[in-house]
Amino acid sequence: MMQTVRSMPAIDEIEFQIMWNRLIAVVEEQAQVLRRTAFSPIVRESGDLSAGFFHPDGRMIAQAVTGTPGHVNTMAASVRHFLARYPATSMKDGDVYITNDPWLGTGHLHDFVAVTPAFLGDVMVGLFASTCHFMDVGGIGFGPDGRDVFEEGFYVPPMKMIAEGMLDATLMILARSNSRYPAEMEGDLMSLAACNAIGVDRLREMLREFELGDLTLLCDQIVGRSREAALAAIAGLPQGVTRGEMVIDGYDKPVTLVATTTISKDLISVDFTGTSGLSARGINVPLSYAQAYSTYAIACALFPGVPNNSGSLSVVEVTAPQDTIVNAQRPAPVSSRHIIGQMLPDVVYGCLAQVVADRVLAEGASALWNLILEDAYDACLTQGIGQTARFSALSVQTGGTGARSNEDGLSATAFPSGVSGVPIEILETMTPLIFWRKELRSGSGGHGRFRGGLGQTIEIGHRDNHPFYIYAALDRIEHPARGRFGGQDGIAGYVGLKSGTRLRGKGKQLVPAGDTLVVQTPGGGGYGPVEEREPGRIETDRDNQLDG
Amino acid sequence: MNEQTNRVSVDIGGTFTDVVLEIAGERSSTKVLTTKREPEEAVLEGVESLLREKSLSFADLDLFLHGTTLATNAIIERRGAMTALITTDGFRDTIEIGSESRHDQYDIFIKKPQPLVRRRHRFVFEERVAADGSVLKSLPEDRVAELGKTLKAACIESVAISFIHAYANPAHEIRVREILSDIIPDMSFSLSCEVCPEVREYERASTTVANAYIRPIMAGYLGRLKTELARRGLRAPLLLMTSGGGLTTVEQAAAFPIRLVESGPAGGAILASKIAMDCGLNEIVSFDMGGTTAKLCLIDNGTPLKSRSFEVDRTERFLKGSGLPVRIPVIEMVEIGAGGGSIAQVDSLGRLTVGPESASSEPGPASYNRGGDRPTVTDADLVLGRIDPTNFAGGKVGLRRDLAEKALDEHVGGRLALACVVAASAVAAIVEENMSNASRVHAAEHGKDLRRRAMIAFGGAAPMHAAQLARKLGLGKVIVPIGAGVGSAIGFLEAPLAYEVVRSRHSRLADVNDSGVRDLISRMQAEAVSVVEPAANGRPIQLRTSAFLRYVGQGHELEVDFPLDASTNINSARLRRHFEERYSAVFGRFLQSHAIEILTWAVTATARQLSAGTVKAAPSARAKPKPSGWTDFVDFDGTSVKAPVYLRSDLGTGHSIPGPAIITEAETNTVVPARFEARVDRLGHLELTNTAVGIAAAAE
Repeated sequence: MMQTVRSMPAIDEIEFQIMWNRLIAVVEEQAQVLRRTAFSPIVRESGDLSAGFFHPDGRMIAQAVTGTPGHVNTMAASVRHFLARYPATSMKDGDVYITNDPWLGTGHLHDFVAVTPAFLGDVMVGLFASTCHFMDVGGIGFGPDGRDVFEEGFYVPPMKMIAEGMLDATLMILARSNSRYPAEMEGDLMSLAACNAIGVDRLREMLREFELGDLTLLCDQIVGRSREAALAAIAGLPQGVTRGEMVIDGYDKPVTLVATTTISKDLISVDFTGTSGLSARGINVPLSYAQAYSTYAIACALFPGVPNNSGSLSVVEVTAPQDTIVNAQRPAPVSSRHIIGQMLPDVVYGCLAQVVADRVLAEGASALWNLILEDAYDACLTQGIGQTARFSALSVQTGGTGARSNEDGLSATAFPSGVSGVPIEILETMTPLIFWRKELRSGSGGHGRFRGGLGQTIEIGHRDNHPFYIYAALDRIEHPARGRFGGQDGIAGYVGLKSGTRLRGKGKQLVPAGDTLVVQTPGGGGYGPVEEREPGRIETDRDNQLDG
Repeated sequence: MNEQTNRVSVDIGGTFTDVVLEIAGERSSTKVLTTKREPEEAVLEGVESLLREKSLSFADLDLFLHGTTLATNAIIERRGAMTALITTDGFRDTIEIGSESRHDQYDIFIKKPQPLVRRRHRFVFEERVAADGSVLKSLPEDRVAELGKTLKAACIESVAISFIHAYANPAHEIRVREILSDIIPDMSFSLSCEVCPEVREYERASTTVANAYIRPIMAGYLGRLKTELARRGLRAPLLLMTSGGGLTTVEQAAAFPIRLVESGPAGGAILASKIAMDCGLNEIVSFDMGGTTAKLCLIDNGTPLKSRSFEVDRTERFLKGSGLPVRIPVIEMVEIGAGGGSIAQVDSLGRLTVGPESASSEPGPASYNRGGDRPTVTDADLVLGRIDPTNFAGGKVGLRRDLAEKALDEHVGGRLALACVVAASAVAAIVEENMSNASRVHAAEHGKDLRRRAMIAFGGAAPMHAAQLARKLGLGKVIVPIGAGVGSAIGFLEAPLAYEVVRSRHSRLADVNDSGVRDLISRMQAEAVSVVEPAANGRPIQLRTSAFLRYVGQGHELEVDFPLDASTNINSARLRRHFEERYSAVFGRFLQSHAIEILTWAVTATARQLSAGTVKAAPSARAKPKPSGWTDFVDFDGTSVKAPVYLRSDLGTGHSIPGPAIITEAETNTVVPARFEARVDRLGHLELTNTAVGIAAAAE
C-alpha cells in the first residue's frame, strides 16, 4: 500500500491516542472471550477475571476493566515473575505459561494466571496475561480453615502448559486429578489459553494495520503519559503524613489494620507498620494482593480517569513489614485473603479523608460476603441420610457501600470488588439449595447527611432438608463499618440459623438437616452529621420502608 | 410473484415522524414533526398529505406498517403508568438489587438505574416454585383477593407479576391474574411467564415491569390510532415493527409493547438487509449514524444477527450495566455514543475524547447557532469541507462555519496547540476510531470477520464518515442507498411478518428426547403461528427452531439452528455437531468430551410480506455530471484540496466520480476521499470503492 506522508506532527499525536485505544479494545476483547468460555460460575456469572497486555520487559501497558482490582495489580507483578524464570529470549511462539502460586500470582491457589508471548515473525512484541478464579483446587475447599498453604490445595509453580502449541498432557492429568471438578479445571485452563490467543491475533492485526514492527515507543508513551497524569493529580495535594486505623473481626481474634500514608511531590506511599501479625488460619494476605487493593483505592479517589498500567501504578508504593497479616510469607495459609485485602481501601480512605474529604467513601461492608456452600456428604453418612446431591456453590453476596460526600451509599453493591451476584434461579438450577429470601435489609445503613448503603437479608435452605456446609469467610460481624465526619456506623453483619443459633463468621460449619441459614450483610457507614440530612431524603426512605 | 399493493410505513422518532407511501412500487416520503402528546396526530397528518398528493384515500391502502420509539421514550422520560409489582415473598427488591456490581469500576460516584416501580408498590405472596417447576409453597389465594383492594386504593394502573421460577411453572402467576381480574376488571396485567419466560430472576422481572410500565400508554395510543384509521376508512391490517425485526399485530403489540423498543434501528437493519440482497452482497455491515448514536449491525445472507438482551435507558455514557435490562428478541447491534451531535473535549490527560455526550438538536452543534457553544462532530465535518453548508437539511438549517471554528479553537485546538483544521481532523479521526473499535469487538464477540464485508451506510451522519471507517476496518466497498434519510420507515416495508417465542427448559443434550421438549416446541410453534396467521393473509408460514446450548458448567450459551420435522425426535448427534461448529467458529476450538446442556428454546414463525421484490433500475446516466460548486476539502490524511461538490439528484446510473469529491442531497453528504471512487449502480445507490484495497490485496 502507498505510504501516506504525514505532514503534521499533531496527527502523530492523534494516531498515538488511537493506538492506545486499540490496545485497550484488544484486552477488553480478551476478557470478553474468557468470561464467555469459562466454567467457574464466579467467573462467568460474576466476572471474577482479568486480562492485560504487557511489554516484553514486564511493564503492564493495558488492562481490561473487569470487576477485580485484586487481580489487576497482582497480575502486573506476576508477569515479571514469569519473565524472571523464563526470560523473554527463551519464549517461543505458541507457548503458554501458568501458575497458581499465591505469592507469584493473585494471592491464593484458586486463581490461575496464564501468560502467552505474542510474536510478530521472530520478534516477541509483548505478552498477554489473564487470570480467573477456579471452582476447585482440591485441599480442604475454598475456606479460611487451612493451617498452611499446603492444606489449601493443589499447587502449580510457574510452568509451561503449552509449548509451541503442544499441550503438556502430564500437567493436564495432574490438574484434573487434583480437583473435585476435573472437567471444569481443564475447561478453565483452556479458556485462559484461548483468550490470550485471541489477544495475540488481534495485536498482530493491529501491528499490520499501523505498520509497526514493535511497540516499545508506544508503550513508553502510554506509561509516560499515565505517570504524568497520575503525578499531576497528586501534585495538587497537601504533602504530609496521615494515619488510619481500623479493627475488624479476624479469624479467632480481632485484627488491627494500621496504615501510614505519606504524600510527597511524586509519590504516595502507604505503609502498614503497626498492623497485626499473622493469623493462624487462612485470612493472611500476600503483599502483592494488599498492594493491589491499596493502590486501587488511591486511583479511585485521586485519578479515576487514568488507565491502569505500570505508569499510573508507579506513583503509589505500598509496603508492610514481613509477617504482618498483610505481608504473609510462604507457607502461611492465604485462601481467604480477600477479606482483609478488600478492607484495605477503608483504611487508606481513613488517611485520605484527612486530605481530600470529598473524594472518599465512609467505611462499607467492603469485603464480599461470599457464601461458599457445599453438600454435607459426610454428615449425611453419619446421620444415616441416604444419597445427598453433591454440589459446590460460590454465591457472591454484597452489603452496603459507605456513603459518599454527595450521595447515599449504594445498597447491596460490591466495593472495592466490582463483581456481580449470581442469579438465585441459576444457583437453584445447579444445586439443591433454596433461597427463601434475598432482599434489602431496612435500616442497616449508617445514618448521616448521606446514609450508608443497605445490606441484605438472605435465607437459604436445602430442598431435601438435608444438612449442608457453609465455609464462612465473613467479617464486620463484631466490628461494623464506621461513619465519617459525624456519620453513624452501619449495622453489623450476622450469620446464624433460623432455629436461633449464631454461627461464627469464619470457618466451615454445618447447617443441620431441616434448618435454614440466615445471613444479614452489613450496611455501610454514613457521611456527615445526621442533623444535616435533607428532609426529602428522610421522607423518601420512609416512603420506601427503607428506614428500618 | 409481484403483487401490486399500496402500502404506507410510518416511523415515529423523537423529533420527526417519517412517512413513506408506496403505490405500485413507487415511493414518496415526508417528514413531519412528532406530536408528543397525541402521536397519532402527526401520523395521520403525514399519511393524509402523501395520500392527497396521489389523490388516494385510506381505503385504498392494502397494508399499514408502523414503528415507534414511544415505548423507549416513555421509559427514559419516566412517563409510564403507576405500576405495581407482585412477586415471591423474599424477593421484593430483586429489581432494585440488580446485578450488585458497579458499571464503572473506578468511579465511586456512580448512580444506579432507578427501578420503574417504587418499593412501596412492590407486593409479595408467600408462594414458591422450585427450579424444576414443582410447587414448594402454594399460593395463598385469600391474600390475593385482599391485595385487589390495596391496588385500587393506591391508584395502580398496571400490574407486573413475576414469581421465582415462573418460567418453569406459570400456574401461580396465571391464578393471581384470574383472581385480581374479578376484583379490578380493567387492570392491565403483565406476567413474566408470558412477557419473558426465561431463567434469571432480575432480567425477567425487569422486563416484565418495563412491559407493565409502558403498556397502558402504548395500548391507549395504538387503540386510538386504530380507531382513527378505521374512522378514515382504513380496512387494511395495521402491523407493528418489533425490535426483533419482524412485524406483529396491533393486539400483540398492545399486550407486549416492550417488544417495540428498538423498532426504528431494527427497521434500518432490515433496509440494509434488503439492499444487500438486491446488490448481491452476502456479508455486510450496516452503519447507521444519526445525531446521538451510531449503530453497527452484521448481516449475513440478508439476515441480521439476533440477540435476546438489551438495556433501556443507560444512565451513564452508554456504559454496559447502567441501564435497565430487558430480555426480548432484538436485532443484535452495537450502539455507541457517536453521532453528528457528539461533543468533543480534552480530558485531564490531554486526551481528546468525542461523545458520548451529545448536543442533540437542542442546543445543537455550535454551527447551528442555536445556543450550543461546544464543538461537535458536525462542526468538525463542516470545517473539513465534508458538508455543503448551503444545502444542509435541504437548506432548512443555515450552518455557521465561524461558530464551528470558534468552538473547535476554544475547546480542542487551544488546549492541544492545534490549528483549527487539524483539531477538526483529530475530532473526526477519534470518532471514526471509536466506531471501528466498537465494530471490531462486536464482530469478534460473534466470531465474524469484518474484512470481507461491504458496508451499507445510512442516517444523516454516516455517509460523511463511511469511507474512512471502511478504510480503517479494511473494507473495500461502501453503499449509500437512496432514501437513506427515511431509512427505518423504508425498512419496515421490507420486514417479514414474524413472531418469536422463547422458553427456558433445562435439559442435558443426551436426555433431550425424554424431557418433554418435543411437546414444548409443538406448543411454541402453535403459539407463534397463531400470532402470524391473522396478518399473513393465506401466505405460507415458515417455522424456524433453535436451541441455546453450552457446555455443562458454562454460563453463556450459543444459539444453534436445527431443522425439526413434525413427528420425529430431536437429533441430538446433529445438534452436538452444529454446536461444536459454532463454538469453534466463535472461540477458536471446541472441547472434546464435555457434556452439553440446553437452556432455552426459540421458535420463529415467519411469513413474507406482499411484493417485496420492487427492485427497479434507476434512470441511466445522461451527460457527464457537472459539479454544482467547489469546497475546501481536508482529506483523511490531512491534505487540503479544492474538491468538487455534486448534487446527488444530478447523478444517474453509470456515472462515476473520482475522489476527492462531495455528493450532496437534502438529508446527508457523501464524502468520497482520494483513492476512492463513487459510482451510481443500476438501482441508484452510490457505491464507493477503495481503489487502494485492490492494490494492497494484489501485493500481498
